[in-house]
This record gives sequence, structure tokens and C-alpha cells, in this order.
Amino acid sequence: MSNANSSGVLTGSHYLDGDHACSEGAIAAGCRFAAGYPITPSTEVVERIAARFPRVGGRFLQFEDELGASIALLGGAWGGAKAMTVTSGPGFSLMMEHIGYAAITETPCVYINVQRAGPSTGLPTQPAQGDMMQARFGSHGDYRLIALCPNSPQECFDLTVEAFNLAEEFRVPVLVMLDEVVGHMTEKVVIPPAGEIPVSPRRWTKKAPGEFKLFEPAEGSLVPEMTMPGEGHQIHVTGLTHDERGYPNMTIAAHEKMQRRLFDKIVLNADRIVKWEEKDLAGAEVVVVSYGITSRVAEKAIQAAKEKGVKVGSFRLITAWPFPEKQILEMSTKVKAFVVPELNLGQMSLEIERVVGGRCKTVGVPHVGGTVHKPEVILNAILEAVR
Amino acid sequence: MSAAVRENPADKYLRKERMPSIWCPGCGIGTTVNCFTRALDASGYDLEKVAVVSGIGCTGRVAGYLKLDSFHTTHGRAIPFATGLKLARPDLKVVVYSGDGDLSAIGGNHLIHAARRNADLLVVCVNNLTYGMTGGQVTPTTPQPAIASTTPYGAFEQSFNLPHLVASCGGVYVARWTAYHVRQIAKSMGEALQKKGFRFIEIIAPCPTLYLRRNKLGEGLDEMKFYQEKSVVMNGADTREVSLDFRDEIPVGKFVDIERPTLEEAMESQLSKALGAKYVPYSLPVKA
Ligand SMILES: Cc1ncc(C[n+]2csc(CCOP(=O)(O)OP(=O)(O)O)c2C)c(N)n1
Ligand code: SF4
Ligand SMILES: [Mg+2]
Repeated sequence: MSNANSSGVLTGSHYLDGDHACSEGAIAAGCRFAAGYPITPSTEVVERIAARFPRVGGRFLQFEDELGASIALLGGAWGGAKAMTVTSGPGFSLMMEHIGYAAITETPCVYINVQRAGPSTGLPTQPAQGDMMQARFGSHGDYRLIALCPNSPQECFDLTVEAFNLAEEFRVPVLVMLDEVVGHMTEKVVIPPAGEIPVSPRRWTKKAPGEFKLFEPAEGSLVPEMTMPGEGHQIHVTGLTHDERGYPNMTIAAHEKMQRRLFDKIVLNADRIVKWEEKDLAGAEVVVVSYGITSRVAEKAIQAAKEKGVKVGSFRLITAWPFPEKQILEMSTKVKAFVVPELNLGQMSLEIERVVGGRCKTVGVPHVGGTVHKPEVILNAILEAVR
Repeated sequence: MSAAVRENPADKYLRKERMPSIWCPGCGIGTTVNCFTRALDASGYDLEKVAVVSGIGCTGRVAGYLKLDSFHTTHGRAIPFATGLKLARPDLKVVVYSGDGDLSAIGGNHLIHAARRNADLLVVCVNNLTYGMTGGQVTPTTPQPAIASTTPYGAFEQSFNLPHLVASCGGVYVARWTAYHVRQIAKSMGEALQKKGFRFIEIIAPCPTLYLRRNKLGEGLDEMKFYQEKSVVMNGADTREVSLDFRDEIPVGKFVDIERPTLEEAMESQLSKALGAKYVPYSLPVKA
């Protein structure tokens, strides 16, 4: 870990919306390549990038579609740059093939998705949290990646920096999953001095050409080091199942080996990746599990429930994927119920139900999106759950 | 791959440990790769600074056999990947090597936009008039009424005239040859490697296994004879005049060779004009 390069960092206190805070987070993290295609409510991220990059030595290009944008950033990343793209709704669907390509090629990169209500064109451009399972499993085949859920503009900044750091540490695509409200709400964002922003540089190999294998995990790690073209390594990168040199290998054994490591490098490192925010868990009978804008609405309901004497705690998912299984499992033996409000008809609540395995109740509070929940609806679910 | 390629001095440009290739005997793709290695050899370039990007298909496998930094991407998306790579790494020469279906069907949108914005890429398109990898289906370049597995009664759509498509979108170098024209291909590739901007070389090549067999056109060698007989060199021709009809004459040659600012040059000049001293040009990634 080193510190951000002061050249691009907008140190100070600002009023920014979540989208713009993501742009500043990317710049602070050292992102200097971005590709995009406009779609509300995510466009502000690339608009700010387009304005800011030429002043900080970055390159941005608007592509002809999301299919192009979502692989152009991978070209940039393989070129050696820190790279990202941004989208929403239909654009996120178009990007799926390349999220899978980034996963199998272990390309460090960041995709930002400002969620809007779907399916399809849906309710442009009202909020939703309907892409949480797509974030996890949207590309075909099996793979694991990292997805983060900010609930404020400040966290949009912080988690975009974090996304770039995790991408480098695990050579994996990292998704930053906003929702329309978080993307468009304006709040104070404090950007620290560059020297206080931790930034993970790419893990360049020191091995010589011929010695270095692009897909061989570094010693004591599950993650391979990196290199870039132009250095004599004659690297080969393919979306086919490959061996440690990156050469296609069409055997079940090679597939097993590759897939296992892609899976393990995330799952076995969950303790290092997973972040959450907890409040009042000690002695809680009910725990509200929420994320993104829904966590802000839930706060009101939690407060009201406490006033009614309910012992209610809160667990906010900052990392959605990998899922904080261990934490949920531990709580499940102590509480009566989890209450899970989300702007979909039940996605993260399914995962909670799976982890809980019947040890306590899981009470979903579904909402189709378009608006956020009314706090009373969540309050009623808490009161119901505690009975 | 054909024996000719395996025993070639071009071997030093190939990942020999990956041979034999997946290509069928008589396939034209290996011939074009042979020409490419000759062009590289003649160019005197630092090969460390040449990267090749392919999409998916039989031709898409080229990236995997060249001993260069090489990227085998997704179907149709070699061009945007390469555009990103080139923007991030202006010090590299980036070559896209892919098939007619990959570049002009699923990747058609990227092809026209990369030509329009004059992305600094050399694109080699091996046009075997079919989707080889998936078993010989109809592509945008299949001439009517050729038989393909998905047009069992003959193709009925008008096919693309690729040189005209690319030229009218703004490509700065456009040429077409057949797999018979090995010296011309190598020369054209060498010339195009020296140029900047969006350069496009179409190579008509035999797919004996699918296209030729299904259309009862003989072996790869018969097709080479056909190319020899039917090719008409039309250097500098108006690209509207170079469309391909089924078993008709094949207009070949260099059709376009012009200059205009590349994507990168246009981007830099506009930004520095607009921002003056505030403009901070992109610098190459450094290893921390
Ligand atoms: C998104 C997607 N759709 C379809 C395919 C299946 N596919 C693989 S190669 C190919 C056709 C390639 O044809 P062409 O580019 O002409 O290359 P050739 O094999 O003829 O050299 C297709 C359709 C795929 N890999 N990915
Ligand atoms: S199927 Fe056709 S294009 Fe593919 S390798 Fe065989 S001959 Fe070549
Ligand atoms: Mg083809």
C-alpha cells in the first residue's frame, strides 16, 4: 500500500453528489483510463471524468456502446493503467460478457453501476436495488468477484478508492453498486490529503521474461502478479480456460485448477475483503440488514422501534459480495429475526435466508423500487418480527 | 496449420510450444500469418512493442500463436479492446487480427466507429466468407447464393463490400488481397505497419473444410488457382467498384492510402487547444 499521488486529488470539503464523488474517488485511486456510454442515472460519473481527466493526465473515451466500453477498459487495464467504466440498468446487462472476461483473465478493473428500476428500460430513472444478484452471477459460467454498496456520497468516494485497491490486490473486477438516490444525492464529501489516501499499486512482477507466469499465483498467495505488454514477456491473455502461462488448455483438469483458484482467491480471503457497519447488536432481538439508500431509510424505522422498546440492531452491508456469511451466521444464533428491506422483491434476503438456514426468521421487506421504502413499512416489519 | 508454415523461417515469431495449430489442412489463415511474420521481419520493429489482439473464431486464434504480447478477447470486441490498449499504451503498435464474422457482423459497430475516429490500429481481416469456427454459417460477407449451414438453399442477402465500408467510414489505408498473393500481403502489411491511423487489410482466404466443401468448390489448392485466375489488380480503385460476387472476379489491390489525424492526435490537439496550460497530457503507466 502506498499513498495517492497528490496531483489529481481534490483535497478538501465539498458538496458532491454520489456520482461525482465516485469520479473523484477514481482519480484519487490513480485511475487514468475510463471508457463509457451515457445512461441515466450514471452519466454524471463520466461527465465529470471527461472534464477532470485532461487536467490530471487521464484518458477518457465515450464508446459506441456498452459492449465496446466494457472491454475498452480491459484493454486500458492490460496496457498498465487503472481503468473503469460506469453504467446503469440496460447498460449493465450489456456489460455482462466482459465482467466474465475480466474475471477469467484476472484483470484488475472497476465497473460502477448506478442501479435504476428494471427489468429492461423499466422505470428510467428511478431508484432500485434490483441488480444485486446480477452483480454476483450476471455473466455466464461460475466465478466470484467483489461488489461494494455505498450509502452516501462520502462512501461513494471512499469505496471507489477501495474498489481500485481490491481490484489490484485480488486481480479481479470490482463492482461499485450505487442506487439512483445515492448517485444523485448531494452531501458533504471530505477528501483527505493525498498522503492519507491508501492506494494499492499494481503488483508488478520482478521476475524476468521466461520465468514469470501470468496466471501462476505469487508465493504464499492465491493471486498472480502482473506485468504489461512491451516488456518482453510475450504474454498471452485469453478468455478460454488456460494454464498458468495463459495458454488455452481444454482439459477438465486445467478447468478445475483455474476455476478453483478464481473461486478461492475471493472466498478464502473473505475476511480481508468483507466490510460492514454494525450498531447495537449486543442483546438485539431483531437485526435490520440493509445496504445502500435503504440503510438510510431503515435508520428511521430502527429509531422508531427503539422508542417502542424493541431491542433492535443494525447490520449494514458495505460489501455485498463476497457475502458476510460468517457475521450473519454468528448473529443468527442470537437473534429472533433478521429484517431485510431492499429495493427489489427479495435478493440479498435470499442469501441471508440461505446462510441462516432456519436458525432464526428472515423477514424480507420487499419494494419494487421507483421510490424508497416508507420507514413505517420497515417499522411494521420489525414489530412483526419481534413478536 | 499447413506444413509450409511449420517449416518456415517465420517460426521464430510463433509460439512453437503451441503447435500444431487448430487450423485444418489447406486453411488460408496460416498463410496470412506467415505473411504477417515476414512483414514484421522486414519492418525491423522492436517486437516487444508490437501487440496483437484477436476476437473469437478460427482467425481469432492467431493471437494465441504469435510470439508477441497477445490478447484473445471476446467475439466481436477485439477492436474496442485494442482501442483501449492503444490509448493506454501509445508506445505500442497494436494489430487486430480476426475473421469476417467477428469484425463485420457482431463487431460491425466497433469496426465503423474505429474507422470513423481513426483509431491507430492495423486491422487484418481474414475473410473466408463464413463463420469457420462454428461450422460454416452465413456471414455478412457470404456472397449470394452460396450455401452455408444456415442458408442451406443459398444465401439471399446482399453481402458487405468491406473495403468500401471501411473507406467510407474514414479508414486511411484499405487494401484487399487473396491468400494467393503472399508477397503482396506481406508488402501491404509492412506498408500499413508503418502508417498511423485506421488501416484495414482484407484477405480473401479459403476455408476448405466448410465453405469450399459445402459449395463443392474443391480443395484449398483449387481455390488458390481460382484466386490466381480471377483476381484483378485495381490499385487506387473507387471502393464502390470492388464488391465481391459469387465466383466472379476478385478486385484486389491497395484502394486507399491517405493521411488524417488519428484519434489520439485529434484528442490531444483539441484538449490542448481548449485547456492550454491546464492540459496535462497522458503519460505512460510506470511500475511503482
Ligand atoms: C457472443 C458470442 N456469440 C457467438 C459465439 C460463437 N462464435 C464463435 S466463433 C464465431 C464465428 C467466427 O467467424 P469469423 O469471425 O468469420 O471467424 P472464422 O472462424 O471464420 O475465422 C461464432 C459465431 C461466441 N463465441 N460469442
Ligand atoms: S474450419 Fe475453415 S477457417 Fe476454420 S481452420 Fe478449418 S479451414 Fe480454416
Ligand atoms: Mg470467417
